[in-house]
Amino acid sequence: MMRVLLIRGMLVGLASVVPAYVCAWFLGEGPLGDAIAFEDRQSHAAEGLHEHGVEVVSRLTQQTVGLAVALAAIGLAVGGLFAIMFALAHQRIGRLSARATSMVVAVAGFVVISLVAFLKYPPNPPAVGDPETIQQRSLLYFLTIVIGIFAAITAVQTGRRLTPRYGGWNASLLGCGVFVVLVGIAYVVLPGGTVTETGFPPDVLWDFRIASLATQAVIWVTLGLMFGALTERDVTGARRERVPKVHA
Amino acid sequence: MTQAPPARTASLPAQIPIREIIPWAVFALVVGLLLIYFVGAEQGATSLFGGNLIHEFTHDGRHLLGFPCH
Repeated sequence: MMRVLLIRGMLVGLASVVPAYVCAWFLGEGPLGDAIAFEDRQSHAAEGLHEHGVEVVSRLTQQTVGLAVALAAIGLAVGGLFAIMFALAHQRIGRLSARATSMVVAVAGFVVISLVAFLKYPPNPPAVGDPETIQQRSLLYFLTIVIGIFAAITAVQTGRRLTPRYGGWNASLLGCGVFVVLVGIAYVVLPGGTVTETGFPPDVLWDFRIASLATQAVIWVTLGLMFGALTERDVTGARRERVPKVHA
Repeated sequence: MTQAPPARTASLPAQIPIREIIPWAVFALVVGLLLIYFVGAEQGATSLFGGNLIHEFTHDGRHLLGFPCH
């Protein structure tokens, strides 16, 4: 069964490329292009070398195949991990249907993996962020995600432990509370985010960040809905199979 | 009345035993982290292969998926 679920998760993750690409194309490529234009203007003014000066990969390739392949790789990775999270959650986080469990896992995945890091270290378009600090920023970004995952594990364990005493709903709320407190402590302890380069248009920065968050949300929602629908069909299909089929 | 024995199809049991999940979880984690690394960090924060081909190729995706790019 686990093999079926894992393959399904990875395939659904791969399929999420389609809506994610549409989202990234229509929301993201505009501000991304504006940011690159800003960067070019700046480097022309400074007469300095910069990384977009020599085109290793053309902009068109970056916008089409490059973006699609990057989304596909992340879709495969996240889809596989999603299937594992679903398998762990199925019938262990209350008596939810496969469809509902899938959606809960998707929302939790979005919050823990995407939103926690987004709120502390929001993504930056080209020209924002000092290349000198890329290692430190990457480390903090991934560290925040890992902290979020540990906070989520603690929250789920707390919720499960408190369920007999407070009931499923209240125990879940308490679990969410534990998650928020742990992430809040991490936010306070971790150093601040990046400083936006002066002169960068704030509306472009806002649009870019919203596009980034939307693209990630689309991946999670697609996973939650499609994986849920397919797995629900499995469950009801299996139920129907118990009634001996009449072969025509 | 005899009931048909539950067929070993791809039906979803009540809970999937942790022991059954673990090997697949390890596999998904290794493949997943490898993919995430190449899309998210290679030739940015760290670099296994020289140059910046992977960085430039995944450039738009890396930015839009929220990774620090450069």
